[in-house]
Amino acid sequence: MRRIRSWWPGFVLVLPSLILLGIFVYGFLGWNIRVSFTNWRGFTQTNDFVGWRNYAELGENEVWWRDVRHLLVFTLVFVAGSLLFGFVMALLLEKGVRGENAFRSIYLFPMAISFIATAIVWRWLLDNGTGPNTAGINKLFAYAGLDFVRSEWHKSDSGWAVAAVALPAGWALSGYVMALFLAGMRGVSDDLREAARIDGAREPQVFWHVVRPMLWPVVMSAVVILAHISLKTFDLIYAIDLKSPKIETPALYMWFQTFQGNFYARGAAVATLLLLGVAVFIVPYIWYSVRTERRR
Amino acid sequence: MRRRTFLTMTLAVPAAMSLAACGDDDDAATGDKQVEVFTWWTGPGEGEGLAELEKLFKQQNSGVEFINAAVAGGGGDQARALLSNRLQANDPPDSFQGHAGQELLDYIKAGKLEDITYLYDKQGWKNSFPKSLIEQVTVEGKIYSVPVNIHRANLVWFNPKTLSEAGVSAPPKSWSEFLTQAKTLTGKGKIPLAVGPLWTQEHLLETVLLGELGQSGYAGLWDGKTDWASAEVVAAVQMFGKVLESSDVKTSASDWQPQLDKIINGSAAYAVMGDWSYAYLATNKKLAYKDGYDAAASPGSDGIFDWLSDSFTLPVGAKHKSAAEKWLTVCGSKEGQDAFNVKKGSVPARTDADASLYKDYLAWNLSQWKDPGTKLVGSLAHGAVASPAFKTALEEKLGVYVGDRDAAKFTAAVKQEYEKTR
Amino acid sequence: MTVESLEADRSQAGRIRSRWSPYVNTARYLVLFAFACFFLMPVYVMVVTALKDSVEVSVPGMWELPQRLSLESFQAAWDKPAIRRGFVNSVLLAVPASLISSMLGAANGFVLAKWRFPGANVVFPLILFGMFIPYQAVLIPLTRFMTDLNLRGGNDPTGGLFGLTLIHIIYGLPITTLIFRSYFAGISDEIIESSQVDGAGMLRTFFFVALPVSLPAFGVSMIWQFTSAWNDFLFGFVMTSTKGWPITIGLNNIANVQTIPFNEAMASALLASLPTLLVYVLLGRFFMRGLMAGALKG
Repeated sequence: MRRIRSWWPGFVLVLPSLILLGIFVYGFLGWNIRVSFTNWRGFTQTNDFVGWRNYAELGENEVWWRDVRHLLVFTLVFVAGSLLFGFVMALLLEKGVRGENAFRSIYLFPMAISFIATAIVWRWLLDNGTGPNTAGINKLFAYAGLDFVRSEWHKSDSGWAVAAVALPAGWALSGYVMALFLAGMRGVSDDLREAARIDGAREPQVFWHVVRPMLWPVVMSAVVILAHISLKTFDLIYAIDLKSPKIETPALYMWFQTFQGNFYARGAAVATLLLLGVAVFIVPYIWYSVRTERRR
Repeated sequence: MRRRTFLTMTLAVPAAMSLAACGDDDDAATGDKQVEVFTWWTGPGEGEGLAELEKLFKQQNSGVEFINAAVAGGGGDQARALLSNRLQANDPPDSFQGHAGQELLDYIKAGKLEDITYLYDKQGWKNSFPKSLIEQVTVEGKIYSVPVNIHRANLVWFNPKTLSEAGVSAPPKSWSEFLTQAKTLTGKGKIPLAVGPLWTQEHLLETVLLGELGQSGYAGLWDGKTDWASAEVVAAVQMFGKVLESSDVKTSASDWQPQLDKIINGSAAYAVMGDWSYAYLATNKKLAYKDGYDAAASPGSDGIFDWLSDSFTLPVGAKHKSAAEKWLTVCGSKEGQDAFNVKKGSVPARTDADASLYKDYLAWNLSQWKDPGTKLVGSLAHGAVASPAFKTALEEKLGVYVGDRDAAKFTAAVKQEYEKTR
Repeated sequence: MTVESLEADRSQAGRIRSRWSPYVNTARYLVLFAFACFFLMPVYVMVVTALKDSVEVSVPGMWELPQRLSLESFQAAWDKPAIRRGFVNSVLLAVPASLISSMLGAANGFVLAKWRFPGANVVFPLILFGMFIPYQAVLIPLTRFMTDLNLRGGNDPTGGLFGLTLIHIIYGLPITTLIFRSYFAGISDEIIESSQVDGAGMLRTFFFVALPVSLPAFGVSMIWQFTSAWNDFLFGFVMTSTKGWPITIGLNNIANVQTIPFNEAMASALLASLPTLLVYVLLGRFFMRGLMAGALKG
């Protein structure tokens, strides 16, 4: 029911944000896209238009594709891992346990720590020394008598090395996913659950048929947030193992090309492609949620 | 009443902030009150060296505040990135450290550095530095930086005890000899060569290229006289691949100090690294020259000095220009260089340095530097001979090479990049 | 559906009545405990290393308890101007940034949820999209723009902190708007309508009706923004000059030095994490309440 009221004040209140974002987001993105079509390499900006050349060069560059592969692996492991762990932790806490507050706080607090600090510790934990130089998680395996389980982590030669970096990233964000799931699960009204129980469903069935379908919005918003964090991740990889070709992603490649090689045009092309990558997740999500709201 | 608390807080804190930060500028009429010096010297050896220069500067310029804007990370990578940003945004520090040679070329071409030939004339530096060095810092007749030190890159470090345990009499004189020694060493359970992160592998590549191609072959790589795709270069890169196989590249150290630690504790026999290692080994680890550690020219490069030089510049638009000039004067002075280099583990750029101050390894190194028979080449990994664009591209290809060991592909790609970036 | 009723009804704890109950419960605690160990493991390493002195600290020995307890690394870390000043700078940065961007987000969220204007459905996605841009993409134009406005680094008396605060506020707008809009969407329209019946205009409705009930959303927003501003490295790195460095830069300088003083690095990491942990402790219950009231739902 909408009363007739003046909507001007609302618009005016939102206007400053729109203007600021117009400059700082859209304006700068536009600048970036424009530069990616020039030949700016070196310290002085040159604005000669070269069409798609920077993008073509990326497409032909195996280093670029290697970095993209790394990013895909990282995103996959990070998102799937965080979802899984977050879900399991929420499931365990859902019915209420003694010390829930303590457990919840422990799972949530890593989110508070800066990625630089996280990287400092995890660089140690993921150390891959051998023999007397064994350290970190490998050493824990050794203590437990499981020496054979040791891993090279992010220094391994396999294409999955970057998955090791997903470990600290997941450590930092699983708690947040857990909070989302927990809120979602507890948001399912008791009446619905009672109704199912009265119909004779046992707890696992109640969960599968009543609660789970209502968790989709949570899963979606968690995936969106995790995926975009994954694509943007820079501090963590930078601080864990600077300039290692085994775990480089486009975000780092952009940094080195721009600020070390002074190759601004290529850096801008990489940034634009990163943006497109993020948009692939975000745009359908935004469109979908706006649509569902209009239907409501 | 929460609203009010929120509102007051949001207004009060920025107000407090601006009050706290007020009142810091200096008055042009009475002279500069501060100088901001930008380096990446935050670690041991280099940090102390910088502190010595700072002390001298303060003695000679008592009213001026010295702002040490050092940024750590990656052998200067992070500092360079930040510097790039600041120079682009026309907000330069008053003086910054850079490697003499090609590394500064981008800044010079973009007009970001002041021509300081006048300082050279005033201080008579053209007679204090070796001619070849002056040539390296001169671009089109103008000089843009003041070198404070000379580091040597083509060195192999080792622990004499480890060698004698393994029955090896002396470090190898060529890379093929190294491969032979490697078999013996592996047999005795030692890692033949310790390496670190990618830039140390680039450093290793440089010494292998130098050892295999000799002085003129190596120097030709950087000015077009040597063809990157030629058979000799491909063979040299293949040698590099074999050397890597004998190294611990799979469990490489996270930085150059842990790399050297492996020499110290006897798990590895050799490490190729520049002579900033000296400060680490002698001062930090308190080892004795020839007893706990020793150094020799890297295989195949006896009589060649692969140099790199830290130098300070005067950016265009520096806010405290006269203080910066005073800083540069300290850097180029005899006392400054002698105080600095002893701590940093390098030899002074000036030819009139007090030789008695330099002991052990530094004494040997200084005599090599001063010897007119020594041939000079510039370092790749440390910005003397490769422009940032070329160097970044080369590192990119090197990352691929270390993974797939395809020497022909690597050299062809590097040649392409060289053409593109010259 | 009030917020309170959404919280865990502890009486449900005994719901599962079956003979598996005690085993399930024990298993559950075990798994929760195992997870807790995983999450606390790095903290253990950090604390134990920070309490060792320089001679004892080593990479392979990281799991061992210190033989000699030493607070020297905390002292050494705090002695560094980059850490001490950085701590102060980060506080001066994160507190206003989170407060102001939360307020603005609340205003935006309120309008977009409860006082809509034509085109609000387009404006919201436009604002939201700003949350997802890769910061690297805007780094260069941002640096230039801020320098031209004298809000960056050396040209600014606060050492760039003021400009950095503005940046965090602006780039925080999308997420705070999202949080508040989702939250307000869950509030019934009635209280808004009744305030209108009383003759209140938009601003009064916002300040006197909407804000007071939006505390859980403030909890979520403040925590998120404070954490994001405090932990940021990229923007802080390029925007500030030495005297305006936030603590993340100081942390990096200790941790990425070539011979890392491990105990100092861990001590500074701990020091750097304290304020965000404090914010979590203070605002934590609002966080959960806010999430459950739908604050971050799409």
